[in-house]
Amino acid sequence: MEYAFVLEKLILVTVIFLITLGIAAYSTLAERKIAGFIQGRVGPHRAGPWGMFQPLADGGKMFFKEEIIPAESNRFLFIAGPSLALLTASIGSAVIPWGRALTIGGRTIELQVTDINVGLLYIFGVVSLGVYGIMIGGWASNNKYSLMGAIRAASQNISYEIAMGLSIIALLMVTGTLSLKGIAAQQDGFWADGWFTWNVFKQPLSFLIFIVCAFAECNRTPFDLPESENELVAGYHTEYSGFKLGAFLFAEYINMFVSSAVMSTLYFGGYNFPFMHDLGLSENVVAILGVLALFAKIFFFIFFFMWIRWTIPRFRYDQLMNLGWKTLIPLAIANIVITGIWMTVKDLI
Amino acid sequence: MSFSERIYLPSILKGLAITFKHIFKKRETIFYPEQERPVSENWRGLHSLKRDEKGRERCTACGLCALACPAEAITMVAAERKKGEEGLYREEKYAAVYEINMLRCIFCGLCEEACPKEAIYLDGPIVEADYLRKDFIFGKDKLVEAPLKS
Repeated sequence: MEYAFVLEKLILVTVIFLITLGIAAYSTLAERKIAGFIQGRVGPHRAGPWGMFQPLADGGKMFFKEEIIPAESNRFLFIAGPSLALLTASIGSAVIPWGRALTIGGRTIELQVTDINVGLLYIFGVVSLGVYGIMIGGWASNNKYSLMGAIRAASQNISYEIAMGLSIIALLMVTGTLSLKGIAAQQDGFWADGWFTWNVFKQPLSFLIFIVCAFAECNRTPFDLPESENELVAGYHTEYSGFKLGAFLFAEYINMFVSSAVMSTLYFGGYNFPFMHDLGLSENVVAILGVLALFAKIFFFIFFFMWIRWTIPRFRYDQLMNLGWKTLIPLAIANIVITGIWMTVKDLI
Repeated sequence: MSFSERIYLPSILKGLAITFKHIFKKRETIFYPEQERPVSENWRGLHSLKRDEKGRERCTACGLCALACPAEAITMVAAERKKGEEGLYREEKYAAVYEINMLRCIFCGLCEEACPKEAIYLDGPIVEADYLRKDFIFGKDKLVEAPLKS
């Protein structure tokens, strides 16, 4: 029994890890394709049909490039930076519920690696660790421009984490639990008791603040100041080359996938989809359809990240700080107050 | 700014709608090596050294094209026509070596204008990319028109 449990979790972890890497790799292709489509081009199309092997070619290129470690840099930290970025990006997916429980041969299999009761806090902890990868990378380069880039990145991430955390508090007041499994289970179906069950319809302002902060946390346009490919020439990873640079860039795409999964789970019902109980299907089929529904939502959010990237220009640094501190944080606090008043009034009536 | 302008969201949505529409628009890409874009009538591409109606090389190695060339891309070595070569060269003097450095050439067409014998025209395709500088010096093997089929 115990061995079966370990095996089950091991398979689940491996599958999720491979899916995460696969989606992150193909996000790079999707990004270039979508960029092409929006700009009236076709994107990469030479490597295999529709450029399907482009991520492999890019990865191979990263491996074969010369790896340079600056002479006066701290060797250990220089390697630790990108490793940490990749690691923290990957472990965020551990608490996301990928679907309802499957029942195979009388055995219930949870499609979630672990259901810890502070799942949401865990995600926040892991995401804020991601800053260390950037900061260590920038520091270890022994280059003042890298350090400046790292400081910009760190101050941006820290500023937007506050607004993100505050926006989540309003959501927690509605859900009453930090467990992602519990939050997903509460959003069962689509419609119940005369209102939508999905949290985005209960907390639209919270979702808006959360998605803006998620963009900032993932260093995506319009908040891609840490990298600013065209004028900063790559900020904190100026000194990086070869696969260590690849690790930084790859971590960004994994972050994008994980935060899409978190947004889908928190606000868009996770694995729930409309009329899931009215189709007369068995529990296992509903569970598998739920997994597909969750991935459809995740893909939509990944597309949305890219769509935004090719629509909105970058913020100036002062605008970024103004938006974070003077707009999003007060808005999030106001949202908490309004939610509190609404809940009290609703109980009174 | 009004409130709706200050919160940016309406304009962001408008922008998103515009970019979304562009996803379904016609692609402007020309798949170059397989497909070439149409060029205008006065397009200037790779040079070709012409032959006359009997298939003889028109160039007499007068050097006016080299003199006219603002990029100094053309060099040539003249030679005298021997007996029995009347079918190959039209005049008594011809270019034994005629080289154009395609990295120097600016495709201005002044050589074409300077030529008194109507021997050089820039009516070829785009000059292809290559790896080595020496491969961009085009000699007579690449420049002279194919001989007439008898």
